[in-house]
Amino acid sequence: MSAGTSGVGGDARPLVTILVDDVAVPARAGEMLTTALARNGLLRLRKSPRAGGARGAFCHMGVCQECALHVDGVLRQACLTPVREGLTVERRGVL
Amino acid sequence: MTCDLIVLGAGPAGANAALAASEAGLKVVLFDQQPEAGGQVWRAPSPGLAVPPSPEAESGGALRARLAASAVDRRFGRTVWSVGGRFRVDAVGPAGNETVEAPRLIAATGAHERVVPFPGWTLPGVIGLAAATVLLKSHRASPGRRVVVAGCGPLLAVVAAGILKEGGTVAAIADLSGPQDWLGALPALSTQPRLLARGAGWALKIGAARVPVLFRHGVRAAEGEEALARVRLAPVDAAGAFAAGAERVLEVDGLCVGHGLVPGAEVTRLFRVEQGFDRRRGGFVPRLDEDGRTSLHGLYACGDGAGLRGAMVAEAAGRLAGLAAAHDAGALDASAFQSAAATPRAALARAHAFSDAMADMMALRPAQVAAIPPDTVICRCEDVTRAEIEAAHGDGARDMNQLKHFTRCGMGPCQGRFCGDVAAELLAAKVGSREAVGTFTARPPLRPVALADLLGAFDYSDIPIPAPAPL
Repeated sequence: MSAGTSGVGGDARPLVTILVDDVAVPARAGEMLTTALARNGLLRLRKSPRAGGARGAFCHMGVCQECALHVDGVLRQACLTPVREGLTVERRGVL
Repeated sequence: MTCDLIVLGAGPAGANAALAASEAGLKVVLFDQQPEAGGQVWRAPSPGLAVPPSPEAESGGALRARLAASAVDRRFGRTVWSVGGRFRVDAVGPAGNETVEAPRLIAATGAHERVVPFPGWTLPGVIGLAAATVLLKSHRASPGRRVVVAGCGPLLAVVAAGILKEGGTVAAIADLSGPQDWLGALPALSTQPRLLARGAGWALKIGAARVPVLFRHGVRAAEGEEALARVRLAPVDAAGAFAAGAERVLEVDGLCVGHGLVPGAEVTRLFRVEQGFDRRRGGFVPRLDEDGRTSLHGLYACGDGAGLRGAMVAEAAGRLAGLAAAHDAGALDASAFQSAAATPRAALARAHAFSDAMADMMALRPAQVAAIPPDTVICRCEDVTRAEIEAAHGDGARDMNQLKHFTRCGMGPCQGRFCGDVAAELLAAKVGSREAVGTFTARPPLRPVALADLLGAFDYSDIPIPAPAPL
Protein backbone atom coordinates (compact mmCIF):
# COMPACT_ATOMS: atom_id res chain seq x y z
CA MET A 1 0.00 0.00 0.00
CA SER A 2 1.40 3.40 -0.81
CA ALA A 3 -0.18 4.57 -4.03
CA GLY A 4 0.48 8.26 -4.62
CA THR A 5 -2.57 9.47 -2.80
CA SER A 6 -1.07 12.20 -0.65
CA GLY A 7 -1.97 15.50 -2.23
CA VAL A 8 -5.18 14.15 -3.80
CA GLY A 9 -7.62 16.86 -4.78
CA GLY A 10 -9.68 17.97 -1.82
CA ASP A 11 -7.11 17.09 0.83
CA ALA A 12 -7.02 20.26 2.89
CA ARG A 13 -5.33 18.68 5.89
CA PRO A 14 -2.01 20.20 7.00
CA LEU A 15 1.17 18.17 6.67
CA VAL A 16 2.69 17.21 10.01
CA THR A 17 5.65 15.14 11.14
CA ILE A 18 5.39 12.01 13.25
CA LEU A 19 8.26 9.97 14.71
CA VAL A 20 8.28 6.27 13.82
CA ASP A 21 11.03 4.38 15.64
CA ASP A 22 12.83 7.74 15.99
CA VAL A 23 12.63 8.50 12.24
CA ALA A 24 10.67 11.59 11.09
CA VAL A 25 7.82 10.64 8.75
CA PRO A 26 5.43 13.07 6.99
CA ALA A 27 1.69 12.58 7.47
CA ARG A 28 -1.62 14.39 7.07
CA ALA A 29 -3.16 15.66 10.30
CA GLY A 30 -6.32 13.72 11.11
CA GLU A 31 -5.73 10.71 8.89
CA MET A 32 -5.54 7.34 10.60
CA LEU A 33 -2.07 6.22 11.61
CA THR A 34 -2.24 3.01 9.54
CA THR A 35 -2.91 5.08 6.40
CA ALA A 36 -0.02 7.44 7.17
CA LEU A 37 2.36 4.54 7.73
CA ALA A 38 1.26 2.81 4.53
CA ARG A 39 1.71 5.96 2.46
CA ASN A 40 5.32 5.94 3.62
CA GLY A 41 5.81 2.29 2.70
CA LEU A 42 5.76 1.15 6.33
CA LEU A 43 3.63 -1.97 5.95
CA ARG A 44 5.33 -4.30 8.43
CA LEU A 45 4.12 -3.22 11.86
CA ARG A 46 4.98 -6.15 14.10
CA LYS A 47 5.87 -9.82 14.35
CA SER A 48 3.45 -12.54 15.27
CA PRO A 49 4.08 -13.74 18.82
CA ARG A 50 4.60 -17.44 18.14
CA ALA A 51 6.06 -17.94 14.65
CA GLY A 52 7.63 -14.46 14.42
CA GLY A 53 6.02 -13.78 11.03
CA ALA A 54 5.80 -10.26 9.59
CA ARG A 55 2.39 -8.64 10.18
CA GLY A 56 0.67 -5.44 9.15
CA ALA A 57 -2.74 -3.79 9.23
CA PHE A 58 -5.43 -6.21 8.04
CA CYS A 59 -9.01 -5.10 8.80
CA HIS A 60 -8.61 -1.28 9.04
CA MET A 61 -11.78 -1.09 11.16
CA GLY A 62 -10.67 -1.83 14.70
CA VAL A 63 -11.37 -5.56 14.88
CA CYS A 64 -8.24 -7.60 14.10
CA GLN A 65 -5.73 -5.87 16.43
CA GLU A 66 -2.87 -6.54 13.98
CA CYS A 67 -2.01 -2.81 13.94
CA ALA A 68 -1.58 -2.44 17.71
CA LEU A 69 1.50 -0.23 18.21
CA HIS A 70 3.02 1.83 20.98
CA VAL A 71 1.74 5.34 20.35
CA ASP A 72 3.13 7.96 22.74
CA GLY A 73 4.07 5.02 24.95
CA VAL A 74 0.61 3.40 25.12
CA LEU A 75 -0.55 0.37 23.13
CA ARG A 76 -3.06 1.65 20.56
CA GLN A 77 -4.78 0.33 17.44
CA ALA A 78 -3.17 2.41 14.71
CA CYS A 79 -6.29 2.17 12.51
CA LEU A 80 -8.28 4.02 15.21
CA THR A 81 -5.59 6.59 16.02
CA PRO A 82 -5.74 9.93 14.18
CA VAL A 83 -2.41 11.50 13.29
CA ARG A 84 -1.28 14.76 14.91
CA GLU A 85 2.00 16.67 14.97
CA GLY A 86 4.71 15.02 17.03
CA LEU A 87 3.03 11.63 17.55
CA THR A 88 5.66 9.05 18.52
CA VAL A 89 5.25 5.50 17.28
CA GLU A 90 7.25 2.43 18.26
CA ARG A 91 7.04 -0.78 16.29
CA ARG A 92 8.28 -3.03 19.06
CA GLY A 93 6.70 -6.12 17.63
CA VAL A 94 4.73 -6.87 20.75
CA LEU A 95 1.13 -7.08 21.78
CA MET B 1 -25.75 7.67 33.89
CA THR B 2 -29.02 6.04 32.92
CA CYS B 3 -31.24 6.37 29.86
CA ASP B 4 -34.17 4.57 28.22
CA LEU B 5 -32.26 2.80 25.48
CA ILE B 6 -28.63 2.05 24.61
CA VAL B 7 -27.75 1.34 20.97
CA LEU B 8 -24.42 -0.29 20.11
CA GLY B 9 -23.21 0.56 16.62
CA ALA B 10 -23.92 3.67 14.53
CA GLY B 11 -24.09 2.10 11.08
CA PRO B 12 -27.27 2.07 8.96
CA ALA B 13 -28.99 -0.26 11.46
CA GLY B 14 -27.97 1.25 14.79
CA ALA B 15 -28.24 4.90 13.76
CA ASN B 16 -31.74 4.38 12.37
CA ALA B 17 -32.75 2.45 15.50
CA ALA B 18 -31.47 5.28 17.69
CA LEU B 19 -33.24 7.94 15.60
CA ALA B 20 -36.56 6.06 15.52
CA ALA B 21 -36.56 5.52 19.28
CA SER B 22 -35.44 9.07 19.99
CA GLU B 23 -38.13 10.55 17.72
CA ALA B 24 -40.68 8.48 19.64
CA GLY B 25 -39.52 10.15 22.85
CA LEU B 26 -36.97 7.78 24.37
CA LYS B 27 -33.72 9.05 25.88
CA VAL B 28 -31.14 7.22 23.73
CA VAL B 29 -27.36 6.77 24.05
CA LEU B 30 -25.62 5.61 20.86
CA PHE B 31 -22.11 4.10 20.96
CA ASP B 32 -19.65 3.51 18.14
CA GLN B 33 -15.95 2.72 17.97
CA GLN B 34 -15.36 4.95 14.95
CA PRO B 35 -15.16 8.74 15.28
CA GLU B 36 -18.29 9.23 13.14
CA ALA B 37 -21.56 7.47 12.36
CA GLY B 38 -22.10 5.55 9.12
CA GLY B 39 -20.63 2.15 9.86
CA GLN B 40 -18.43 0.66 7.17
CA VAL B 41 -20.88 0.93 4.25
CA TRP B 42 -21.66 4.61 4.80
CA ARG B 43 -18.28 5.31 6.26
CA ALA B 44 -17.47 8.94 7.01
CA PRO B 45 -14.55 10.55 5.18
CA SER B 46 -11.53 11.46 7.27
CA PRO B 47 -11.89 15.07 8.56
CA GLY B 48 -10.57 17.61 6.05
CA LEU B 49 -10.70 15.22 3.10
CA ALA B 50 -13.21 15.82 0.30
CA VAL B 51 -14.59 12.63 -1.22
CA PRO B 52 -16.11 12.28 -4.68
CA PRO B 53 -19.93 12.05 -4.66
CA SER B 54 -21.43 8.56 -4.39
CA PRO B 55 -24.74 7.15 -3.12
CA GLU B 56 -22.93 5.86 0.02
CA ALA B 57 -21.36 9.23 0.74
CA GLU B 58 -24.77 10.85 0.26
CA SER B 59 -26.62 8.36 2.50
CA GLY B 60 -23.91 8.59 5.15
CA GLY B 61 -23.90 12.39 5.04
CA ALA B 62 -27.70 12.52 5.36
CA LEU B 63 -27.62 10.12 8.30
CA ARG B 64 -24.92 12.12 10.10
CA ALA B 65 -26.94 15.31 9.58
CA ARG B 66 -30.10 13.68 10.99
CA LEU B 67 -28.17 12.45 14.02
CA ALA B 68 -26.61 15.86 14.58
CA ALA B 69 -30.08 17.44 14.55
CA SER B 70 -31.53 14.81 16.89
CA ALA B 71 -31.63 14.40 20.66
CA VAL B 72 -29.59 11.18 20.48
CA ASP B 73 -26.63 11.24 22.89
CA ARG B 74 -23.77 10.29 20.59
CA ARG B 75 -20.74 8.57 22.13
CA PHE B 76 -18.36 7.94 19.23
CA GLY B 77 -14.71 6.96 19.36
CA ARG B 78 -15.67 4.61 22.23
CA THR B 79 -14.60 1.00 22.58
CA VAL B 80 -17.36 -0.96 24.31
CA TRP B 81 -15.55 -3.60 26.36
CA SER B 82 -18.28 -4.88 28.64
CA VAL B 83 -22.03 -5.35 28.38
CA GLY B 84 -23.83 -6.90 31.32
CA GLY B 85 -26.66 -6.59 33.74
CA ARG B 86 -30.04 -5.58 32.36
CA PHE B 87 -28.29 -3.53 30.81
CA ARG B 88 -24.98 -1.90 31.70
CA VAL B 89 -22.46 -0.83 29.07
CA ASP B 90 -18.85 0.07 29.85
CA ALA B 91 -16.89 1.88 27.19
CA VAL B 92 -13.47 3.46 26.99
CA GLY B 93 -13.17 6.76 25.16
CA PRO B 94 -11.11 9.92 25.14
CA ALA B 95 -12.18 10.73 28.71
CA GLY B 96 -11.48 7.26 30.08
CA ASN B 97 -14.11 4.72 31.06
CA GLU B 98 -17.80 5.59 31.06
CA THR B 99 -20.76 3.55 32.21
CA VAL B 100 -24.32 3.83 30.91
CA GLU B 101 -27.33 1.83 32.08
CA ALA B 102 -30.72 1.32 30.45
CA PRO B 103 -33.59 -1.18 30.63
CA ARG B 104 -33.31 -1.79 26.87
CA LEU B 105 -30.36 -2.45 24.55
CA ILE B 106 -30.13 -2.74 20.76
CA ALA B 107 -27.10 -4.58 19.39
CA ALA B 108 -26.34 -3.27 15.89
CA THR B 109 -22.73 -4.32 15.87
CA GLY B 110 -22.25 -5.06 12.16
CA ALA B 111 -19.98 -7.58 10.55
CA HIS B 112 -16.32 -8.19 9.90
CA GLU B 113 -14.33 -9.77 7.13
CA ARG B 114 -14.14 -13.46 6.39
CA VAL B 115 -10.97 -14.57 4.63
CA VAL B 116 -10.63 -18.31 4.06
CA PRO B 117 -6.93 -18.77 4.85
CA PHE B 118 -4.26 -19.55 2.24
CA PRO B 119 -0.47 -19.60 2.62
CA GLY B 120 0.81 -16.06 3.10
CA TRP B 121 -2.52 -14.42 4.01
CA THR B 122 -0.84 -12.99 7.12
CA LEU B 123 1.77 -10.99 5.13
CA PRO B 124 1.72 -7.18 5.38
CA GLY B 125 0.07 -5.87 2.19
CA VAL B 126 -2.69 -8.51 2.28
CA ILE B 127 -5.90 -6.89 3.53
CA GLY B 128 -9.60 -7.63 3.44
CA LEU B 129 -12.00 -6.38 0.78
CA ALA B 130 -13.98 -4.52 3.44
CA ALA B 131 -10.70 -3.10 4.76
CA ALA B 132 -9.97 -1.82 1.26
CA THR B 133 -13.34 -0.05 1.15
CA VAL B 134 -12.39 1.72 4.40
CA LEU B 135 -9.14 2.99 2.85
CA LEU B 136 -10.93 4.10 -0.30
CA LYS B 137 -13.99 5.70 1.32
CA SER B 138 -12.39 7.27 4.37
CA HIS B 139 -8.91 8.10 3.17
CA ARG B 140 -8.94 8.06 -0.63
CA ALA B 141 -5.93 5.76 -0.33
CA SER B 142 -5.40 2.88 -2.74
CA PRO B 143 -4.42 -0.36 -0.98
CA GLY B 144 -1.31 -0.55 -3.16
CA ARG B 145 0.16 0.62 -6.45
CA ARG B 146 -0.46 -2.69 -8.20
CA VAL B 147 -3.11 -4.84 -6.58
CA VAL B 148 -4.86 -8.19 -7.01
CA VAL B 149 -8.53 -8.16 -5.94
CA ALA B 150 -9.77 -11.64 -5.07
CA GLY B 151 -12.60 -13.51 -3.38
CA CYS B 152 -16.32 -13.36 -4.03
CA GLY B 153 -19.33 -11.07 -4.10
CA PRO B 154 -20.01 -7.48 -5.12
CA LEU B 155 -17.12 -5.99 -3.12
CA LEU B 156 -14.73 -7.28 -5.79
CA ALA B 157 -16.10 -4.76 -8.29
CA VAL B 158 -16.46 -1.99 -5.69
CA VAL B 159 -12.83 -2.30 -4.61
CA ALA B 160 -11.37 -2.75 -8.10
CA ALA B 161 -13.24 0.31 -9.41
CA GLY B 162 -12.16 2.30 -6.33
CA ILE B 163 -8.49 1.43 -6.83
CA LEU B 164 -8.67 2.55 -10.47
CA LYS B 165 -10.33 5.80 -9.40
CA GLU B 166 -7.49 6.56 -6.96
CA GLY B 167 -4.87 5.93 -9.62
CA GLY B 168 -3.81 2.39 -8.70
CA THR B 169 -3.44 -0.56 -11.07
CA VAL B 170 -5.56 -3.69 -10.72
CA ALA B 171 -3.36 -6.57 -11.88
CA ALA B 172 -6.33 -8.96 -11.91
CA ILE B 173 -9.69 -9.71 -10.35
CA ALA B 174 -10.00 -13.34 -9.24
CA ASP B 175 -13.64 -14.24 -8.64
CA LEU B 176 -14.55 -17.59 -7.07
CA SER B 177 -17.88 -17.34 -8.88
CA GLY B 178 -18.32 -17.86 -12.60
CA PRO B 179 -20.28 -15.74 -15.09
CA GLN B 180 -23.06 -18.33 -14.87
CA ASP B 181 -23.36 -17.70 -11.10
CA TRP B 182 -23.79 -13.97 -11.73
CA LEU B 183 -26.31 -14.65 -14.50
CA GLY B 184 -28.22 -16.92 -12.13
CA ALA B 185 -28.37 -14.11 -9.58
CA LEU B 186 -29.48 -11.55 -12.16
CA PRO B 187 -33.27 -11.88 -11.70
CA ALA B 188 -32.88 -11.28 -7.94
CA LEU B 189 -30.37 -8.45 -8.50
CA SER B 190 -32.69 -6.74 -10.97
CA THR B 191 -35.26 -6.28 -8.19
CA GLN B 192 -32.98 -3.37 -7.15
CA PRO B 193 -32.41 -1.61 -10.49
CA ARG B 194 -30.45 1.25 -8.95
CA LEU B 195 -27.91 -1.11 -7.40
CA LEU B 196 -27.77 -3.21 -10.54
CA ALA B 197 -27.01 -0.07 -12.55
CA ARG B 198 -24.19 0.79 -10.18
CA GLY B 199 -22.78 -2.72 -10.60
CA ALA B 200 -22.86 -2.20 -14.36
CA GLY B 201 -21.01 1.09 -13.87
CA TRP B 202 -18.23 -0.62 -11.93
CA ALA B 203 -18.01 -3.35 -14.58
CA LEU B 204 -17.66 -0.71 -17.32
CA LYS B 205 -14.88 1.06 -15.44
CA ILE B 206 -13.07 -2.25 -14.94
CA GLY B 207 -13.57 -3.18 -18.59
CA ALA B 208 -12.35 0.20 -19.83
CA ALA B 209 -9.13 -0.23 -17.80
CA ARG B 210 -8.69 -3.68 -19.39
CA VAL B 211 -8.38 -5.36 -16.00
CA PRO B 212 -8.11 -9.13 -16.45
CA VAL B 213 -11.14 -10.74 -14.78
CA LEU B 214 -10.48 -14.37 -13.89
CA PHE B 215 -13.76 -16.12 -13.11
CA ARG B 216 -13.62 -19.32 -11.05
CA HIS B 217 -10.16 -18.47 -9.72
CA GLY B 218 -8.89 -18.40 -6.16
CA VAL B 219 -5.71 -17.39 -4.34
CA ARG B 220 -3.32 -20.33 -4.06
CA ALA B 221 -0.72 -18.35 -2.09
CA ALA B 222 0.62 -14.90 -1.26
CA GLU B 223 4.39 -14.69 -1.11
CA GLY B 224 7.04 -12.27 0.14
CA GLU B 225 9.48 -11.76 3.00
CA GLU B 226 8.66 -8.68 5.07
CA ALA B 227 5.69 -7.74 2.87
CA LEU B 228 3.68 -9.06 -0.05
CA ALA B 229 5.62 -9.42 -3.31
CA ARG B 230 3.54 -11.77 -5.46
CA VAL B 231 0.23 -13.64 -5.60
CA ARG B 232 -0.42 -17.07 -7.10
CA LEU B 233 -3.89 -17.54 -8.60
CA ALA B 234 -5.32 -20.88 -9.70
CA PRO B 235 -8.61 -22.14 -11.18
CA VAL B 236 -11.30 -23.46 -8.84
CA ASP B 237 -14.40 -25.56 -9.47
CA ALA B 238 -17.98 -24.51 -8.79
CA ALA B 239 -17.69 -25.61 -5.15
CA GLY B 240 -14.56 -23.55 -4.50
CA ALA B 241 -11.94 -26.36 -4.55
CA PHE B 242 -8.81 -25.91 -6.66
CA ALA B 243 -9.15 -27.46 -10.11
CA ALA B 244 -6.81 -28.41 -12.93
CA GLY B 245 -5.44 -25.53 -14.97
CA ALA B 246 -2.58 -23.10 -15.28
CA GLU B 247 -1.47 -21.09 -12.26
CA ARG B 248 -0.87 -17.36 -12.76
CA VAL B 249 1.81 -15.53 -10.80
CA LEU B 250 1.41 -11.76 -10.46
CA GLU B 251 3.97 -9.38 -8.99
CA VAL B 252 2.02 -6.95 -6.79
CA ASP B 253 2.34 -4.87 -3.62
CA GLY B 254 -1.28 -5.29 -2.56
CA LEU B 255 -3.83 -8.09 -2.28
CA CYS B 256 -7.40 -7.32 -1.26
CA VAL B 257 -9.21 -10.56 -0.53
CA GLY B 258 -12.52 -11.44 1.09
CA HIS B 259 -14.88 -14.39 1.16
CA GLY B 260 -17.95 -12.76 2.60
CA LEU B 261 -18.54 -11.42 6.07
CA VAL B 262 -19.11 -12.82 9.55
CA PRO B 263 -21.82 -11.31 11.77
CA GLY B 264 -20.43 -9.59 14.86
CA ALA B 265 -22.91 -11.31 17.18
CA GLU B 266 -20.77 -11.29 20.34
CA VAL B 267 -23.17 -9.17 22.40
CA THR B 268 -26.20 -11.41 21.87
CA ARG B 269 -23.93 -14.45 22.40
CA LEU B 270 -22.71 -12.96 25.67
CA PHE B 271 -26.29 -12.91 26.94
CA ARG B 272 -26.79 -16.49 25.67
CA VAL B 273 -29.97 -15.66 23.80
CA GLU B 274 -31.42 -18.32 21.53
CA GLN B 275 -29.37 -18.56 18.34
CA GLY B 276 -29.10 -20.79 15.31
CA PHE B 277 -26.60 -21.60 12.58
CA ASP B 278 -27.53 -20.12 9.21
CA ARG B 279 -24.92 -20.46 6.46
CA ARG B 280 -26.63 -17.89 4.23
CA ARG B 281 -26.58 -15.32 7.06
CA GLY B 282 -22.88 -15.86 7.78
CA GLY B 283 -22.88 -18.25 10.74
CA PHE B 284 -24.51 -18.33 14.18
CA VAL B 285 -27.08 -15.57 14.51
CA PRO B 286 -29.62 -14.70 17.21
CA ARG B 287 -33.21 -15.84 16.68
CA LEU B 288 -35.38 -12.74 16.35
CA ASP B 289 -39.07 -11.96 16.14
CA GLU B 290 -40.20 -9.87 13.17
CA ASP B 291 -39.39 -6.59 14.95
CA GLY B 292 -35.89 -7.57 16.11
CA ARG B 293 -36.55 -8.80 19.67
CA THR B 294 -34.19 -11.55 20.90
CA SER B 295 -35.28 -14.24 23.34
CA LEU B 296 -34.12 -12.00 26.22
CA HIS B 297 -36.59 -9.31 27.34
CA GLY B 298 -35.27 -5.85 26.51
CA LEU B 299 -32.51 -7.03 24.16
CA TYR B 300 -32.88 -6.37 20.42
CA ALA B 301 -30.60 -7.00 17.44
CA CYS B 302 -30.57 -5.63 13.89
CA GLY B 303 -28.29 -5.12 10.93
CA ASP B 304 -25.52 -7.40 9.73
CA GLY B 305 -24.59 -8.36 13.31
CA ALA B 306 -27.94 -10.17 13.50
CA GLY B 307 -27.34 -12.01 10.19
CA LEU B 308 -25.95 -10.71 6.89
CA ARG B 309 -28.52 -8.92 4.76
CA GLY B 310 -26.72 -5.75 3.68
CA ALA B 311 -27.18 -2.03 4.23
CA MET B 312 -30.67 -1.65 2.72
CA VAL B 313 -32.15 -4.25 5.06
CA ALA B 314 -30.08 -2.91 7.96
CA GLU B 315 -31.65 0.54 7.60
CA ALA B 316 -35.20 -0.83 7.73
CA ALA B 317 -34.50 -3.45 10.40
CA GLY B 318 -32.84 -0.80 12.54
CA ARG B 319 -35.80 1.52 12.27
CA LEU B 320 -38.13 -1.35 13.17
CA ALA B 321 -36.05 -2.36 16.23
CA GLY B 322 -35.99 1.26 17.43
CA LEU B 323 -39.76 1.52 17.06
CA ALA B 324 -40.23 -1.81 18.84
CA ALA B 325 -38.08 -0.62 21.74
CA ALA B 326 -40.12 2.59 21.94
CA HIS B 327 -43.35 0.60 21.83
CA ASP B 328 -42.15 -1.82 24.53
CA ALA B 329 -41.12 1.15 26.67
CA GLY B 330 -44.61 2.59 26.43
CA ALA B 331 -43.65 5.58 24.28
CA LEU B 332 -45.67 4.38 21.27
CA ASP B 333 -49.11 2.80 21.59
CA ALA B 334 -50.03 -0.22 19.50
CA SER B 335 -51.66 1.68 16.65
CA ALA B 336 -48.89 4.31 16.43
CA PHE B 337 -46.35 1.49 16.37
CA GLN B 338 -48.19 -0.45 13.65
CA SER B 339 -48.51 2.58 11.41
CA ALA B 340 -44.87 3.65 11.91
CA ALA B 341 -43.68 0.07 11.32
CA ALA B 342 -45.48 -0.31 7.99
CA THR B 343 -42.83 1.53 5.93
CA PRO B 344 -39.76 -0.36 7.21
CA ARG B 345 -41.66 -3.68 7.01
CA ALA B 346 -42.45 -3.03 3.35
CA ALA B 347 -38.81 -2.08 2.69
CA LEU B 348 -37.67 -5.33 4.30
CA ALA B 349 -39.99 -7.37 2.11
CA ARG B 350 -38.77 -5.59 -1.04
CA ALA B 351 -35.09 -6.10 -0.22
CA HIS B 352 -35.23 -9.82 0.48
CA ALA B 353 -34.57 -11.29 -2.97
CA PHE B 354 -31.59 -9.00 -3.57
CA SER B 355 -29.98 -9.55 -0.20
CA ASP B 356 -30.49 -13.32 -0.37
CA ALA B 357 -28.80 -13.50 -3.78
CA MET B 358 -25.84 -11.47 -2.51
CA ALA B 359 -25.62 -13.50 0.70
CA ASP B 360 -25.58 -16.77 -1.25
CA MET B 361 -22.62 -15.56 -3.31
CA MET B 362 -20.68 -14.68 -0.17
CA ALA B 363 -21.56 -17.70 1.99
CA LEU B 364 -18.70 -19.89 3.19
CA ARG B 365 -17.85 -22.62 0.65
CA PRO B 366 -17.03 -25.91 2.43
CA ALA B 367 -14.86 -27.19 -0.46
CA GLN B 368 -12.71 -24.07 -0.24
CA VAL B 369 -12.12 -24.72 3.46
CA ALA B 370 -11.34 -28.39 2.75
CA ALA B 371 -8.61 -27.28 0.31
CA ILE B 372 -6.60 -25.28 2.90
CA PRO B 373 -3.05 -26.77 3.12
CA PRO B 374 -2.22 -28.33 6.53
CA ASP B 375 0.55 -25.91 7.54
CA THR B 376 -1.51 -22.77 6.77
CA VAL B 377 -2.17 -20.44 9.70
CA ILE B 378 -5.89 -20.32 10.58
CA CYS B 379 -5.73 -18.28 13.81
CA ARG B 380 -3.63 -15.19 13.02
CA CYS B 381 -3.24 -14.04 16.61
CA GLU B 382 -1.79 -17.28 17.90
CA ASP B 383 -0.30 -18.76 14.69
CA VAL B 384 -2.44 -21.91 14.96
CA THR B 385 -2.37 -24.03 11.79
CA ARG B 386 -4.98 -26.27 10.22
CA ALA B 387 -2.86 -29.33 11.13
CA GLU B 388 -2.86 -28.25 14.80
CA ILE B 389 -6.64 -27.85 14.79
CA GLU B 390 -7.07 -31.32 13.36
CA ALA B 391 -4.51 -32.76 15.78
CA ALA B 392 -6.59 -31.26 18.61
CA HIS B 393 -9.60 -33.14 17.30
CA GLY B 394 -7.46 -36.30 17.32
CA ASP B 395 -6.65 -35.54 20.97
CA GLY B 396 -10.34 -35.26 21.86
CA ALA B 397 -11.43 -31.65 21.19
CA ARG B 398 -15.08 -31.78 20.12
CA ASP B 399 -16.33 -28.21 20.42
CA MET B 400 -14.93 -24.71 19.90
CA ASN B 401 -14.12 -24.04 23.54
CA GLN B 402 -12.27 -27.34 23.83
CA LEU B 403 -10.39 -26.42 20.65
CA LYS B 404 -9.44 -23.12 22.26
CA HIS B 405 -8.11 -24.88 25.36
CA PHE B 406 -6.16 -27.44 23.33
CA THR B 407 -4.53 -25.04 20.83
CA ARG B 408 -5.04 -21.38 21.91
CA CYS B 409 -7.00 -20.95 18.64
CA GLY B 410 -9.23 -17.89 19.13
CA MET B 411 -7.52 -16.88 22.37
CA GLY B 412 -5.56 -13.92 20.98
CA PRO B 413 -6.41 -10.22 20.84
CA CYS B 414 -8.98 -10.49 18.00
CA GLN B 415 -10.82 -12.96 20.25
CA GLY B 416 -11.59 -15.46 17.53
CA ARG B 417 -13.34 -13.01 15.22
CA PHE B 418 -11.10 -13.82 12.25
CA CYS B 419 -10.50 -17.55 12.79
CA GLY B 420 -13.72 -18.65 14.49
CA ASP B 421 -15.83 -19.34 11.43
CA VAL B 422 -13.23 -21.30 9.46
CA ALA B 423 -11.87 -23.10 12.53
CA ALA B 424 -15.43 -24.20 13.34
CA GLU B 425 -15.89 -25.41 9.77
CA LEU B 426 -12.68 -27.47 10.00
CA LEU B 427 -13.67 -28.99 13.33
CA ALA B 428 -17.24 -29.57 12.14
CA ALA B 429 -15.89 -31.58 9.19
CA LYS B 430 -14.49 -34.02 11.77
CA VAL B 431 -17.24 -33.83 14.40
CA GLY B 432 -20.27 -33.81 12.11
CA SER B 433 -21.97 -30.40 12.21
CA ARG B 434 -21.52 -26.71 12.96
CA GLU B 435 -24.30 -26.97 15.55
CA ALA B 436 -22.32 -29.65 17.40
CA VAL B 437 -19.07 -27.64 17.57
CA GLY B 438 -20.84 -24.37 18.43
CA THR B 439 -18.96 -21.09 18.90
CA PHE B 440 -16.29 -19.64 21.16
CA THR B 441 -17.99 -18.39 24.32
CA ALA B 442 -18.23 -14.58 24.27
CA ARG B 443 -16.96 -12.90 27.41
CA PRO B 444 -15.70 -9.50 28.50
CA PRO B 445 -13.61 -7.68 27.57
CA LEU B 446 -15.55 -7.71 24.30
CA ARG B 447 -12.62 -5.85 22.74
CA PRO B 448 -9.17 -5.31 24.24
CA VAL B 449 -8.68 -2.03 26.09
CA ALA B 450 -5.53 -0.63 27.69
CA LEU B 451 -5.53 -1.01 31.47
CA ALA B 452 -4.19 2.55 31.66
CA ASP B 453 -7.44 3.75 30.02
CA LEU B 454 -9.53 2.09 32.74
CA LEU B 455 -7.37 3.26 35.63
CA GLY B 456 -6.57 6.80 34.52
CA ALA B 457 -3.76 8.69 36.24
CA PHE B 458 -3.08 6.71 39.36
CA ASP B 459 -0.35 6.32 41.96
CA TYR B 460 0.25 4.14 45.00
CA SER B 461 -0.37 7.12 47.24
CA ASP B 462 -3.90 7.31 45.75
CA ILE B 463 -4.87 3.96 47.27
CA PRO B 464 -7.04 4.62 50.32
CA ILE B 465 -5.68 2.61 53.24
CA PRO B 466 -8.15 2.19 56.10
CA ALA B 467 -6.95 2.74 59.64
CA PRO B 468 -5.85 -0.54 61.28
CA ALA B 469 -8.52 -2.22 63.40
CA PRO B 470 -8.01 -1.68 67.13
CA LEU B 471 -6.49 -4.75 68.82
